[in-house]
Amino acid sequence: MLRNKLMLAAAILSGGAFASPAAAQNEQFIPILSYRTGAYAVNGVPYANGVADYYNLVNERDGGINGVKLLVEECETGYATDKGVECYERLKGKGPTGAAFINPLSTGITFALTEKTTTDKIPIITMGYGRADSKNGAVFAYNFPLLGTYWSAADIAIQHIAKEVGGVDKLKGKKISLLFHDSPYGKEPIPMLQVLAKKHGFEFTPIPVTHPGVEQKSQWLAIRQNRPDYVLVWGWGVMNGTAVKEAAAVAYPREKMIGVWWSGAEPDVTPAGDQATGYKALMLQHGAGKFPVHADIEKHVYAKGKGASEPGKVGEVLYNRGMVNAMLGVEAIRKAQEKFGKKPLTGEQVRWGLENLNLSEARIKEMGFEGMLKPIKISCSDHEGARDGRVQQWDGKGWKIISDWYTANQSDTEPLVNDISAKYAAEKNIQPRDCSKES
Amino acid sequence: MLYREAGQFKTTYAEDMAIFPIRQDRIALGILLGIAFIGVPLLADFDIWPFGSDYLLRAILLPFLILALAAIGVNILVGYCGQISLGSGAFMAIGAYSAYKLGTGVHIPLTWLDFAISIPPLPVLLAILLGGLTAAVVGILFGIPSLRIKGLYLAVATLAAQFFFDWVFLRVSWFTNYAPSGSVNAPTLDFFGLNVGTPIERYMLCLIFVTAFAVLVKNLVRGNLGRQWMAIRDMDIAAELIGIRPLYAKLTAFAVSSFIIGVAGALWAFVYLGSWEPLAFSIDRSLQLLFMVIIGGLGSIMGSFVGAAFILILPILLNLIPTQLGVPLSTETITHLEFIIFGSLICFLLIKEPHGFARLISIGKEKLRLWPFPY
Repeated sequence: MLRNKLMLAAAILSGGAFASPAAAQNEQFIPILSYRTGAYAVNGVPYANGVADYYNLVNERDGGINGVKLLVEECETGYATDKGVECYERLKGKGPTGAAFINPLSTGITFALTEKTTTDKIPIITMGYGRADSKNGAVFAYNFPLLGTYWSAADIAIQHIAKEVGGVDKLKGKKISLLFHDSPYGKEPIPMLQVLAKKHGFEFTPIPVTHPGVEQKSQWLAIRQNRPDYVLVWGWGVMNGTAVKEAAAVAYPREKMIGVWWSGAEPDVTPAGDQATGYKALMLQHGAGKFPVHADIEKHVYAKGKGASEPGKVGEVLYNRGMVNAMLGVEAIRKAQEKFGKKPLTGEQVRWGLENLNLSEARIKEMGFEGMLKPIKISCSDHEGARDGRVQQWDGKGWKIISDWYTANQSDTEPLVNDISAKYAAEKNIQPRDCSKES
Repeated sequence: MLYREAGQFKTTYAEDMAIFPIRQDRIALGILLGIAFIGVPLLADFDIWPFGSDYLLRAILLPFLILALAAIGVNILVGYCGQISLGSGAFMAIGAYSAYKLGTGVHIPLTWLDFAISIPPLPVLLAILLGGLTAAVVGILFGIPSLRIKGLYLAVATLAAQFFFDWVFLRVSWFTNYAPSGSVNAPTLDFFGLNVGTPIERYMLCLIFVTAFAVLVKNLVRGNLGRQWMAIRDMDIAAELIGIRPLYAKLTAFAVSSFIIGVAGALWAFVYLGSWEPLAFSIDRSLQLLFMVIIGGLGSIMGSFVGAAFILILPILLNLIPTQLGVPLSTETITHLEFIIFGSLICFLLIKEPHGFARLISIGKEKLRLWPFPY
C-alpha cells in the first residue's frame, strides 16, 4: 500500500515536474505570462484573453504562420516580479526552438528580465509599457517597447492638455499632478514630465500610491488642497477604479483627469458607476469596439467553442490590446520566416524579424485591424516604431474618442532616451551597435 | 537496521561534543554535501536531465539556497533568541541596497564643509559582506527596543523597521543612484577576476556562502553565545539571575541575525534577481521568511532548509503538476488550487506537528533508532 503510494509519488515527480513535453517538430513556441489572479486580475484577464484568442485564431484560420503551428503555454505571474522570473525560466526553453519572444505585461518583470533575455537571446516585447529608454535598440538589442513608451505617453498627455487649455503657451503656471502606482511602472513617466514642466513652465507634482492602490485617501486630500488643473493617472488594476471613486469623493472634476493607456479600460471605470462619467484616458492607438478581425475571431474561435473570454467582452479595450500585441508578435515571426525559412525559429531570429517589422496600411487592412492601428516601422535605432495616440472619454456607457491623433515629439523624448540608455550601456559595459550597419 | 549506533564508542571529549555524534548522520551529510558540491555541477556539466536545464538551477535551487540562508538568519533571532521579528525583509533590503551602493561607488558631497566622502566601487565580495555588516549595525539599532518590549509588541516594533526601509528605498533616490524608475541593476559579479555569470557558477557561489554560514551558525549556537540566546528565549528573568546580560545577548542575536539576513539580501539582489525594486523586499518577504522558520522548526538549522524548501518549492511543484500531467485546467484554476492545497497543508502540518519539520525529523530519527519496535 505504502509502496504503491511512494511509487505513484515518484512517478509524478520524475515524469511530471521537470519533463519537457514531447513537441511536434513544426511548432513555434510562444509563452504567455499572464495574471488572472490577484489585485491586477481585473485588467490582466481581458488582456490575456485577447492574446490567447488571437494565437488561437492564427492556428484555426491559417493553420499557423506559413504552416508552422503556434504552441502556447500560459503561466500565472500574479504581477509579481519573482513569479514572473520563475515563469520565464520555466517557459523559455520549451518547444523545438525555445520561446519566440516573451511578453511579461509588467514593467517590474521587464526590468528584471532585461539582462536575462539578452543573455538568452530572447526578444522581450513590451507594447506600450516597459522601460522607456529601451526605445534605443542600439543599446537594448532585445527590448521592443512597441507602439509607445511611457515618455511618449507623457508627451501626448501634455499635448492634449495644451490643446484643452488653448495652446502650449497657456501651460505656463498651470498645476499638473501625476497620481502614480509606486513601482517602476508608475515612476517611468516622471523624468519626462519634469523635462516638459521645465520646458513649458507648468508646475509638476508627483503623488505616489503604494501597491496595490486601494488606499488613496491621503493622496486625494493632497489633491483637494493643491487643486491642480489636471491630474494624470498612472495606475493599474484596482488602483484605477479607486482613483476615480476618490476623485468623486473629493469632488475633483473627472474631466480634468487623464489616465495613461493602462488606466483607460472598462474595468477601470465601471466600478465607479456614474461617478466615472467624464473621465479621460489616452489610447494606445486602438480603442474599444469591433473591427473586421473580430468577425474572424468570432467565426473561427468562438463558433468552435474555443474562445477564452465571455463573448460579450470581446472588443473591450484591453482585449483588443492583447490582440494587437499578439498580432505584432505573429507578424514579427512571419517577417523573420522570410529570411530564415518557414520553420520554427529561435528567439534570435525572431529578434531580427521584430527589428525589421514594417506593417503598411494595406497589410493592416488585410489583417482586419484597419481603424485600430496606424502603420508601424521598427528599426535598429527605433524599437518603438510608432508613437501616436488619441484621447478617449467615458460617457457612462462607453469610451468616446474625443481627439485627433497626436504624435509624441521626438525632440522632447529623444535626449532623455539617449541620456538614460547611454548610462545603462556604461553601467553594463554594453558596446552600442552601430545602427547604420544593421540590415 | 542501518541506523543503529551500537558499537560506536566515544573515547574523547571532542567526539562527545561533535555536531553529528552518530556516524550514519555524518555519512548522510557527507553524501548530501557531495551531491551539492560535486554531483550537481557534474550533472549540469554533462547536461543530464533535469540538471542540464537552467530552470532547476536558476528558478529553484538558487532562490532556495538564498532564502534558506535568510531563514537561518531569522531562526537565530526568532528560534534561538525568541525575539519575534517582522522586519527581515527590511534587513534583506538594507543588505541589498548597501551592497549595491558600495559596489557602484559611494559619493557624498558635503558642500558646507567643502569636502566629499568618496568610496570607489568595491569588489563584489567585499560589497556583499559589508552590506551584511551595514544590516547588522541597523539590526542593533532596531534591536534596542527589544530590551524593553517583548513578544507581539516587539513584532510590531520590527514591523516599523519594515515599513520605514520600504519607504526609504522607494523615496530616497540617493540609494538607487537616481535611477528614474527606482529599479536598480546589480554590478557584474566578478570574484577575484572570475566572472560569475552562468547559472551553475551562481549556484556554486551561493552554495559556498550558505554552507559557510550554516557551519558558522551551527557552531555559534552550540557555544557560549548560543546558550545565552536560548536562556533568554526560555526565560529571560531566570537568565538574568544566572548572570546573562540581556543587553549583550539580545543585541548580539540581532546583529548576527541581521548580518546573515543582509548577506542573503545582497545575494538575492545580486545573484538571483540582478535587477530589483523595493517591492522585492516587502512585508510579504518578511512573512515568508517567518513562515519558513515556523514551519521548518524554530531553533533548528536544518529546519531552516526544510522550511525554505517547503514554502518556496512546494507551490511551484503544485503549480507544475497539473500542466505536466496534462490535466486541462486554466491557469487561474491551477493558481487557486495551489493556494488551497498549500494552505491546507500548512494547517494540517501545524495541527499534526506544531514544532515543524525539524521535530518531525527528530521523531523519525528516534523511531529509526528503536527499529523494528518503535514506540
